[in-house]
Amino acid sequence: MRGFVITVLALLTGLFCSSVLFLPVIGDPDSAPNQHISPVYISQSELDTGSPNIVTGTLADYRGFDTMWETTVMYLSGLTAVLILSKSTMGRRPEKEDDYE
Amino acid sequence: MMKDPFGGMLLNIAFRLLVPFSLVYAVYVLILGESSPGGGFQAGVVMGFGIILARLILGEDAKIFNVRIETSLVLAGCGTFIYALAGWLTLVGGGKFLDYSFLPVSMEATHELHALGILMIETGVTICVMMTILNIMDAVVRRSED
Repeated sequence: MRGFVITVLALLTGLFCSSVLFLPVIGDPDSAPNQHISPVYISQSELDTGSPNIVTGTLADYRGFDTMWETTVMYLSGLTAVLILSKSTMGRRPEKEDDYE
Repeated sequence: MMKDPFGGMLLNIAFRLLVPFSLVYAVYVLILGESSPGGGFQAGVVMGFGIILARLILGEDAKIFNVRIETSLVLAGCGTFIYALAGWLTLVGGGKFLDYSFLPVSMEATHELHALGILMIETGVTICVMMTILNIMDAVVRRSED
C-alpha cells in the first residue's frame, strides 16, 4: 500500500513538473491571459467602476463575489482559531488515560 | 484580556502618538483606497495593529480597546454581513448581485453609486479583518493566561 501511494505521488509530481514546460513565457503578450480579459479590464475599468485604481476596480467591482467569499474565509479562519485555542471542552473527544499506553 | 501592561512610562507616552496615528491612518487608507493604493484589507490590518498596540502597552487599563472575545467574534460576522448586505441591496434595486449601478440610492452619476458600493463593502472587509486579528490575539492570550 505504501509503495503504491509513493508511486502514484511520484507519477503525479512528474506530470505536474512536466506541465511547466508548456507554460507561456512570463510577460509574453500573446499568452491567453494577456489576450482575453486583461486589456478589457485595463481600458474599461475607469469607465465601468468609476475608480481610477484598477486594482480596486477589479477586486471590489468586477470580482466582488470572489472578494465576498474571501472575507468569509477570513472570518471562518478567525472563528476556527478561537475554537481550537479555547479551553472549552464542548464537542471534544473525551480523554482516556489508557490511550497513552 | 491582557492583565499586565507591557513597558513603562516611555511606552505610555509613545502610545499617545502611535495609537491615534495608526487609527486615523487606517481610516485614511480605507477611504482613499478607491483612488490610491490601499483598501479594506490593509485598513483592517493597520487598525488591528493600533488596537493591539494599545492593549499591549496599557493592559487592563485600555478601556475601550479591550473588546471582549464574544463581541469581537460577533463584530467580525457583522463585517462580513455588511458586505453581503451591499449585494442584497443591489438585488432590491433591481440589478444583479453586487452590481453597484442598482443601489437603491438616488444619485445622478453611476460612478458615484459604484464609489458608494465600493466604500460600503470595504468598510465590511475592514471590520472583519480587524476583529479577526483581535480574535486570534485574544484566543492566544487567554490560553496562555489560564
